[in-house]
Amino acid sequence: MTDLTPVLSATWDAEQSWKLSTYEEHGGYRALKKALGMDKADIIQAVKDSGLRGRGGAGFPTGMKWGFLPPDDGGPRYLVVNADESEPGTCKDIPTMLSAPQVLVEGVAITSYAIGCNHAFIYVRGEVTHVYRRLMQAVREAYDAGHLGKNIHGSGFDLDVTVHAGAGAYICGEETALLDSLEGRRGQPRLKPPFPAVAGLYARPTVVNNVESISSVPAIIDRGVEWFTSMGTERSKGMGLFSLSGHVERPGQYEAPLGITLRELLEMAGGMRGGKKLKFWTPGGSSTPIFTDEHLDTPLDYESVGAAGSMLGTRALQIFDETTCVVRVVTRWTEFYKHESCGKCTPCREGTFWLTQILKRVEGGQGVDADIQQLLDTCESILGRAFCALGDGATSCISSSIQYFREEFEQHITDGACPFDHSASALFEVTESTKATEEAHA
Amino acid sequence: MTSTADQATPAVVDTVSLTIDGSEVTVPKGTLIIRAAEQVGIDIPRFCDHPLLKPAGACRQCLVDVAAPDREGNVRPFPKPQASCTMTVMDGMIVNTQHSSETAAKAQEGVMELLLINHPLDCPVCDKGGECPLQNQAMSNGRPESRFIDVKRVFEKPLALSSEILLDRERCILCQRCTRFSKEIAGDAFIDLQNRGAMQQIGTFNEDVLEFDGYEPIGVAAEDESGRAFSSYFSGNTVQICPVGALTSASYRFRSRPFDLVSSPGISEHDSSGAALRTDHRRGKILRRLADNDPVVNEEWITDKDRFAFSWQNLNDRITRPLVRGDDGELHEASWPDALAAAAKGLRAAITGEDAQGAAVLPGGRLTMEDAYAYQKFARLVLDTNDVDIRTRTASDEEEAFLGSSVAATGLGVTFGDLEKAPAVLMAGFEPEDEGGIVFLRLRKALGRQQVFTVAPFLSRGAEKLDATLLSTAPGGEGKALAAVKGSTAASEALKEAGSVIIVGERLAGSPGAFTQALALAKRTGAKLVWIPRRAGERGAVEAGALPGLLPGGRAVSEASARDAVAKAWGVDALPGKQGRGAADIIAAAHQGKVDALIVGGVTPSDLTSNLSAALERTGFVLSLEVRRTEVAEYADVVLPVAPPSEKSGTFVNWEGRLRGFATALKTDAMSDHRVLDILARELGVTLNTATVGDVSQQLGALGAAATKHRPAAPKIDAPKVDAKPGEELILASWHLMVDEGALQDGEPYLAGTGRTAVARLSAKTADAVGVKDGLVTVSTQTGALELPVVITEMADGVVWVPAKSPGSWVAQELGVEPGARVMVKGGV
Repeated sequence: MTDLTPVLSATWDAEQSWKLSTYEEHGGYRALKKALGMDKADIIQAVKDSGLRGRGGAGFPTGMKWGFLPPDDGGPRYLVVNADESEPGTCKDIPTMLSAPQVLVEGVAITSYAIGCNHAFIYVRGEVTHVYRRLMQAVREAYDAGHLGKNIHGSGFDLDVTVHAGAGAYICGEETALLDSLEGRRGQPRLKPPFPAVAGLYARPTVVNNVESISSVPAIIDRGVEWFTSMGTERSKGMGLFSLSGHVERPGQYEAPLGITLRELLEMAGGMRGGKKLKFWTPGGSSTPIFTDEHLDTPLDYESVGAAGSMLGTRALQIFDETTCVVRVVTRWTEFYKHESCGKCTPCREGTFWLTQILKRVEGGQGVDADIQQLLDTCESILGRAFCALGDGATSCISSSIQYFREEFEQHITDGACPFDHSASALFEVTESTKATEEAHA
Repeated sequence: MTSTADQATPAVVDTVSLTIDGSEVTVPKGTLIIRAAEQVGIDIPRFCDHPLLKPAGACRQCLVDVAAPDREGNVRPFPKPQASCTMTVMDGMIVNTQHSSETAAKAQEGVMELLLINHPLDCPVCDKGGECPLQNQAMSNGRPESRFIDVKRVFEKPLALSSEILLDRERCILCQRCTRFSKEIAGDAFIDLQNRGAMQQIGTFNEDVLEFDGYEPIGVAAEDESGRAFSSYFSGNTVQICPVGALTSASYRFRSRPFDLVSSPGISEHDSSGAALRTDHRRGKILRRLADNDPVVNEEWITDKDRFAFSWQNLNDRITRPLVRGDDGELHEASWPDALAAAAKGLRAAITGEDAQGAAVLPGGRLTMEDAYAYQKFARLVLDTNDVDIRTRTASDEEEAFLGSSVAATGLGVTFGDLEKAPAVLMAGFEPEDEGGIVFLRLRKALGRQQVFTVAPFLSRGAEKLDATLLSTAPGGEGKALAAVKGSTAASEALKEAGSVIIVGERLAGSPGAFTQALALAKRTGAKLVWIPRRAGERGAVEAGALPGLLPGGRAVSEASARDAVAKAWGVDALPGKQGRGAADIIAAAHQGKVDALIVGGVTPSDLTSNLSAALERTGFVLSLEVRRTEVAEYADVVLPVAPPSEKSGTFVNWEGRLRGFATALKTDAMSDHRVLDILARELGVTLNTATVGDVSQQLGALGAAATKHRPAAPKIDAPKVDAKPGEELILASWHLMVDEGALQDGEPYLAGTGRTAVARLSAKTADAVGVKDGLVTVSTQTGALELPVVITEMADGVVWVPAKSPGSWVAQELGVEPGARVMVKGGV
């Protein structure tokens, strides 16, 4: 039985956990002081040795990403933290920044020092104004305490941190769209190459990392590589936040070593809602192909989830029980992608538009026999053809749900109606007024 | 020297070899796959890709299967099909297009299906139908029938981007060619992407979208200059490169189908760039004009004036038969023999007899080289005078000496390519965006790699888009300003870099000493000097010798041996030796009744500061050779119809010195000026031998360039100091905006709507002294006044700028003075 390993979340239950003083009482900024005494190359090597992989979804080795920066040419280079957490189901960076923003700020300081950056940016999703405010306050506190600013702790290292709020576009979580948005342009993904490591923000070498990746750095420096690699699996080292939501008794963030299984997590979370049967779930947010109860024992690490046909993604486990209509869920997700497609490339822009219409028809009982094949064909026209990964992500839930629940799609078409009682799957009491609200949304 | 060396030993280009559909191809390193495929004749469907725009990778139509060697040299296939318009070639790469790869074909078919779901498929009523890349590629790479049974996205249609350009958004496939053109090429981002997802659309900057208050992003000048959203001088190119029928022009919309059109190549008559055009006509009527692809001149772009201004040729006032003034004082249609006889009689009377004061010729500056040659030959052989001058504009003797010594018969000098490569460019008396659109585009192509300096009273928006440095100068002070470019000044240092270019415009003729100083500056810095006039016929006329002191090939009239050489070639004993008079002097003499006959070509009286109409009235005999019945006809005794550019062949010599020959687009019985003059000369007993283009080019070829001793000497004129200071009397600055009320833009209201509203510009200090802040100012001379809204501009003090011939600002006609003159300015009306 795997145990929880709270690291980033260790202080979340402390009194005023977001305060610098609280963070420092729990050993905060020890790592920064240690790092400032280290050789920059040694910090990068430590992160490489730790096997820390990008926690934003793609799982690219963080240390290796830093290593892609060209040699210092005297000009500026930037660290940009991707805090534009917008994926349906994903809920880890926002709680981290809300409850323990200093761990991110410390991570930013250490990383910036290591890669030779004197101006770091945190690009926060604009809708979460409370997080934005808390992060601003955290940065202010860190400046006041001398953790940021000029000549940090007498090391001669200068660092400015800018917290920037996005304007409400999912695409800005794509790193190059994020950079364009940060530069004040229309947020659409850039053509690569050049990659951000070569020409990123303001056409300068740039490292873009996820909040959780950067927040993991202080602990690696403080407690050492061995401590970090003692957690996780062979190729997926360390701990991560697993966000359980949906039909589960105690939804929330569970920080545990990579490789834990859903069965174990469900146990910690008090099991399925009302003891109902698990129907399907996402291992890493709505952009990852869904799993079913066959996958309860799949180790949640990059390799095992990949081998089972999905992606670890952001470890956003959305749990759906037997009362849920999969067509309905997939339709809602697809509507999200249609709304969030930036419009740059044809497959994603037109494909999500079309998929949404087909799914809405099928869900509403107006589907035709050709629709299921059309859904699969359209997904095929998007997957691997779109400009960036948003398009690919949009197809995952559709292809995987048809793979596991084709009959349910067919039933919608043959019955001419949805066979489910939607109120049974709701997490709230369904009344005439909630129904009216939903109809208004539709 | 550098360029010659380059030509002798072409630079070694790194190449890579790859295989496309089984064919080996070797291309320069950095080539895109889609370009490499073109070289072996493999066509990959595409929409967003355009060879002159930066890669976008937006439409995804050009997906191909690619395998490339990894670090160990093992050729590994990419897991996904790749966009061939964004990926560059690699040695050993293996590319399989839709012709040889199932994956690529399927990917392309999928993208095409998606492109069509929201497209209205209204090809039967769409302007683009029949020449539409979407339609064509849907046929070659699409499904025969649509599987889309749902609801298409719709937009209100059309959206007027300007009075000329209309946008049907539901047809748009969001390839971004238009927005990339406007940002990358023209530099006037008048449209951009808005919204997202399937609702992403191209839109204008206006208050309805993005909550701009309209003009904020563009700048003060733009805001006050125009009562409407900013538009571009190059917007028509977006219609042409639109791969669907989303962008259309108001003038062509719904007028015809491409398959009914006959296309003829041509050369623009609108400026001295000699842009290659395609004229599309149907049953003898021009429906539209498009840019032709000429990589060394205009690439694939033309100005909106080149594209849209052609209606003038066929307005109701077009003359197709000769007119002769009868005893009743009215013009009557006459047969060619009668009209020629009448013309010959009138001219003969003016040049024979004891009291005869002679005849003079004003051909105008819009003619082909052949026409200009015929006019000057007619003047010299038939009328026995050197009184011939195409410069119905600001002109000077200094300019003529400059043209004769440094421009005429110098062959191909500075080229468009040289402009693009020049590390530094200094312009004087020349506004590229207004006076040479293609020059502007080429300079803009070098943005970021080139330093641009402009000697002008203020930084025009065009110059701003070139990131130019202003050498602020009041009109008349250009000579001194050029003289000041010396020593360690930034401009001087920049021009010393090899390949730098100095551009002088025709307006410098109004600034004494400016040409002298430009020559000195070129000598001082080693920069190349080029004259870029405004009108299409100017350089050809200089070559042909249609100037009072200049014979063909740059020979000076004043050199007896030069005259003899030409006389010999023409088979006559001698040419008139008396120095001719310039256009302004001819008109002044006519005004005093001292000219007995005038031959007037394409001259618009309102373009002249002198009162041509009054001069014509006092002239005994006036012969007009015109396309349209103009104001000149009112005073003409005989009017002979001549062909407009589309109905004749000939040669424009562009500013580079490049011969831009063109054939007849529309075959009519209209005759060129040179042919009419040939017949008329015969009527007067002289063989002019200018009946055909071939006759003229043979003679010009035989004459060749002047020997150095036959050329006029370079000018040596002192540049005066100009005392410009704020007060009621200011120095006038002015030039022609590209889109204005010039005669060749008549009859094209949609184009006219894209022109800029006339304003008067004053510096803050000058405005203070005049006592105006906003509202109207009156700019006046003894002749007349202009009332224009004032725009406070960062500019030279003591100067007022107004456009030369924009609506409400006909400077020459109303003020009767040229730029550099003193005018009165006061607030209010």
